[in-house]
Amino acid sequence: MTEQAARLQSVTKSYDEAPILRDLNLSVNVGERLVLFGANGSGKTTLVRMLATLIKPTSGFIEIDGMELPKHGVRVRQNIGVLTHQYLLYDDLTGYENLRFFGKMFRVDHLTERIMYLAEMIGISDKLHVRTRTLSHGMQKRFSLARALIHSPSILIMDEPETGLDQEAIEILVNIVKSVKSSLIMTTHNVEFGFRLADRVGIISGGSIAYQERRDALDVQEFKKILTQHSV
Amino acid sequence: MNYFLIPILQIAYKDIILELRTKDIFVTILIFALLMGVIFSFVFVPTKQNVVLILPGTLWVSITFAGVLGFNRSLVLEKDKGNLDGLLLCPVTRDVIYFGKFLGLFLFMISAEIFIVPLYAVLYNVSILDVGIPVIVILTTIGFAAVGTLFSAICVNTRSREVMLPILLLPVSVPIIVAAVEGTRSILEGSPVGIERWVQLLAAFDVIFLVLAAFTFGAVLEE
Repeated sequence: MTEQAARLQSVTKSYDEAPILRDLNLSVNVGERLVLFGANGSGKTTLVRMLATLIKPTSGFIEIDGMELPKHGVRVRQNIGVLTHQYLLYDDLTGYENLRFFGKMFRVDHLTERIMYLAEMIGISDKLHVRTRTLSHGMQKRFSLARALIHSPSILIMDEPETGLDQEAIEILVNIVKSVKSSLIMTTHNVEFGFRLADRVGIISGGSIAYQERRDALDVQEFKKILTQHSV
Repeated sequence: MNYFLIPILQIAYKDIILELRTKDIFVTILIFALLMGVIFSFVFVPTKQNVVLILPGTLWVSITFAGVLGFNRSLVLEKDKGNLDGLLLCPVTRDVIYFGKFLGLFLFMISAEIFIVPLYAVLYNVSILDVGIPVIVILTTIGFAAVGTLFSAICVNTRSREVMLPILLLPVSVPIIVAAVEGTRSILEGSPVGIERWVQLLAAFDVIFLVLAAFTFGAVLEE
């Protein structure tokens, strides 16, 4: 049996009795890259926040790297790297100080070397000692990616990571995600971008997984038609 | 122990670096408390007879209200750009985040009080050269920062947080403020028995508030 990086069974999340996720079932194998698409309000961000341990499900079962949530939240957080809409960086710290702070919080060994390695890989070396408030959105997003990767997570969780990135930064992001050995759970609206990273694609609609298929069994145009049908 | 202590120190250290650059909290607390001190010194003309009655109350009322402003800033800095999520994504328990934020706030308040207390002594022409004063100030600040950290986390997600924080925080802080006022008065009156009683009470409140707040902080941060 293939080891699973993430497993969700009958997960429901409601706010004020309004369900956002309904009986959602999903699994991601170790090393697999799953990309989820869906219309606004379909529950993508709620799912990401739940996998990131930021919110608890109303009901259902979630397991990350074989550890049940929320019981093993601390250990799960050590294994996941999360990239969200927001950069999660402190404006008045430099990029280096931000990475150092999060690296210390994740107890990263040889932290300085790790920061330098990531900075080189992501193309932020020359901006390391600049306060992040003065950086462009794209550059802040790059630092945010470095923050998510600082502790070499085994699972990357990304919520529309391409937002605010220029083409060069998107290429860097794609190359990095493909080069790291992490499993990936990503949401996006951009089908072309998602297809470049995915081993498997899925559609989330009305709070549950409405469609899943291996990427190599589909082409972009065919998938766009399926996505449109599920977005109506 | 290191898994607990190092992240707490890291969070506090990060807050100190940010505060040294922005000076948001320290300056807010200091200026507000000093302004109130000056105003009170004109309202209640201090004499040798009434200064023992006036000084403790005005000092701690000023520090309390100035502290509320500082608490508001502390969690807003985390919330504004979603940085609170960044902290919550770190592999630490929620009480570690609480103690880190508490330690930062405690240090900012104590730094401001190092200036505020002597200035009040000058304004009211009173000697504060008593070992009891720093003890009372430190214990009061621990208790007040303990509840302040918790309630600023509660209020940070509300729309009218500037209004909500004092409404929620001040009633809970009453025992600490009363003990601080009475303890300071006992020192100014030179009553060692009174001091001991209020110091014990403040220490007890500190322990109770720190433990309760650390336990409830995680639930407060849940959406």
